[in-house]
Amino acid sequence: MLRVAGRRAVWALPLLLTIIVVMFCLLRAIPGDPVQAMVGDFPVPPAYRALIEEKYHLNDPLPTQIVTYLGNIVSGDFGYSYQNQRPVIGLILERAPRTILLASASFAIAIPLGLLLGVLAGTARRPLADKLLTTSALIAYAIPTFWLGQLLVIVFALQLGWLPTQGIGPMISRAHGFAWILERLRYLALPALAFAIHEGMRIARISRASVIDTLGQGYIVTARAKGLTRGAIIRRHILRNASLPVVTIAGYAFGHALGGAVLLETVFAWPGVGLLLVDSIRLRDNMTVIGIVIVSAIAVVVMNLVVDVVYALLDPRIRTAR
Amino acid sequence: MTAPLLDITGLKVHLHVGERIVRAVDGVDLQVAHGTCVGVVGESGSGKSTLARAAARLLPNLPATISGTAQFEGRDLLGMNERALRGLRRRHGFSMIFQDPLGYLNPTQRIGAQIGEALSDEDGAKTPRIAALLDEVGLAGARDIVRRYPHELSGGMRQRVMIAIALASAPKLLFADEPTTALDVTVQLQVLQALYRLHRERQMAIVIITHDLAVVAEICDACHVMQSGRVVESGPTASLFANPQHPYTARLLELSRRRAGVRP
Ligand SMILES: Nc1ncnc2c1ncn2[C@@H]1O[C@H](COP(=O)(O)OP(=O)(O)O)[C@@H](O)[C@H]1O
Ligand SMILES: [Mg+2]
Repeated sequence: MLRVAGRRAVWALPLLLTIIVVMFCLLRAIPGDPVQAMVGDFPVPPAYRALIEEKYHLNDPLPTQIVTYLGNIVSGDFGYSYQNQRPVIGLILERAPRTILLASASFAIAIPLGLLLGVLAGTARRPLADKLLTTSALIAYAIPTFWLGQLLVIVFALQLGWLPTQGIGPMISRAHGFAWILERLRYLALPALAFAIHEGMRIARISRASVIDTLGQGYIVTARAKGLTRGAIIRRHILRNASLPVVTIAGYAFGHALGGAVLLETVFAWPGVGLLLVDSIRLRDNMTVIGIVIVSAIAVVVMNLVVDVVYALLDPRIRTAR
Repeated sequence: MTAPLLDITGLKVHLHVGERIVRAVDGVDLQVAHGTCVGVVGESGSGKSTLARAAARLLPNLPATISGTAQFEGRDLLGMNERALRGLRRRHGFSMIFQDPLGYLNPTQRIGAQIGEALSDEDGAKTPRIAALLDEVGLAGARDIVRRYPHELSGGMRQRVMIAIALASAPKLLFADEPTTALDVTVQLQVLQALYRLHRERQMAIVIITHDLAVVAEICDACHVMQSGRVVESGPTASLFANPQHPYTARLLELSRRRAGVRP
């Protein structure tokens, strides 16, 4: 198992380094004054300009600049956000837990929901039941998350008044302990649900296809020949084998979600990485934008590693393959 | 004479493949007496597998029109409900083994679990019974085999595992669909010998499907020759081989003799 992970990690490192170098080159490719490109639409004081030029070796050849930048990133220095008057890494670290929370909550709902629907549709005895489930899932999947989010807000926040419309918590909270957690969950509910429905439908579609593929395998015939009940066949022979492609897709989607669900975070004013990205782009806060892109890339690469390990856990054939 | 173990009359299986109707089995009669071995031979596509899978109620999930009758110990097989069918499959009924043991074993489950789930719960602890089954199919020497996965075994071992799974329900009848076709020549003989030994020791009837007439000559009491979904000739193996009536049978025999001559 560790060997699988190790082998993939060896491949992941050069990939990440390439992404970082490319990002830096893109930053340098912005026409005009490089310092201005790093700082954004602000007048730059001469003293600050000198500081930047020295820190990033902007007057040295490009390779020197790249090596310097790589060194900074590796030591955790993602630059300074002039707009926020804070180091970029601090900004990202403040926002990341909220995005991770939103993504985790969403996938904690989406994966079981998707698997359940997929198995129900894939093993449905009546074709009509399958058609109905599949079509509903497709329609739900076709609704963009931001619009779905707004629909949920209209129904559950504005009309029924059960849940708050946006944000991550009240301006002033007096709740402690369990009550505090409940209060937070109320804010989390709608964005997580919107996200979960979308991702869940995607997972449902993949699960269904995978279940149907599994049903055609020889070992299902063997399972029938053993006299197992329908439920036992689904539990012991279909679920695990059919979940293999689901792990891949859900894992990659989760890695992607860690980079911030931009539209969803905007709709719900959820102050995560996605919202930070939108604000930074608007203000041409390029150091922050690049920092987010790099951190997102790391998240995707790490999730791919996790997917490989989980895959190997589920499929013994991968474990023994060299 | 008592009623046969398996009694198939006028069985037709017409598969609906898209717009077409494939008459995979088109009016077959076949009887299997208790403890006997019956061979079904015929070239590829003649309907042998479909016949066996229809009789074992293991047809693929494909629209099909099935007619005729099939009885197991006098009980109607074709109309039998799932529950009764499961009863027969779990104990003292029938089971089946296939040509491609790798595809017919679950790749993500250990061998022990796959044999274990074929054992009925009523007969006591499973571990010693799994060991006994492995012993019976000649895998006693294989260390730790219960903890291994199908892809870690050789083709011959996998087919022996399939046989162990099939034996778990102590069946009175075993359908063996080209059990040795996918194996190396040397292994083919060993697996066949194991099957024959089990047939004798357990007095278990076998319907063996093959396109290898040498197999039939060795172990079958009776033989049915299939062509395009029909049985064109059948009878006791010895007389059928000595004096084939149908030109198709004669040709099959001729072909297999020629092949046998080529082999060492
Ligand atoms: N799942 C299937 N889909 C389409 N056609 C099939 C299927 N199974 C069998 N057939 C057709 O039925 C006929 C008999 O096939 P089969 O029983 O597998 O023959 P055999 O086992 O003697 O090679 C063939 O013409 C084959 O193409
Ligand atoms: Mg066949």
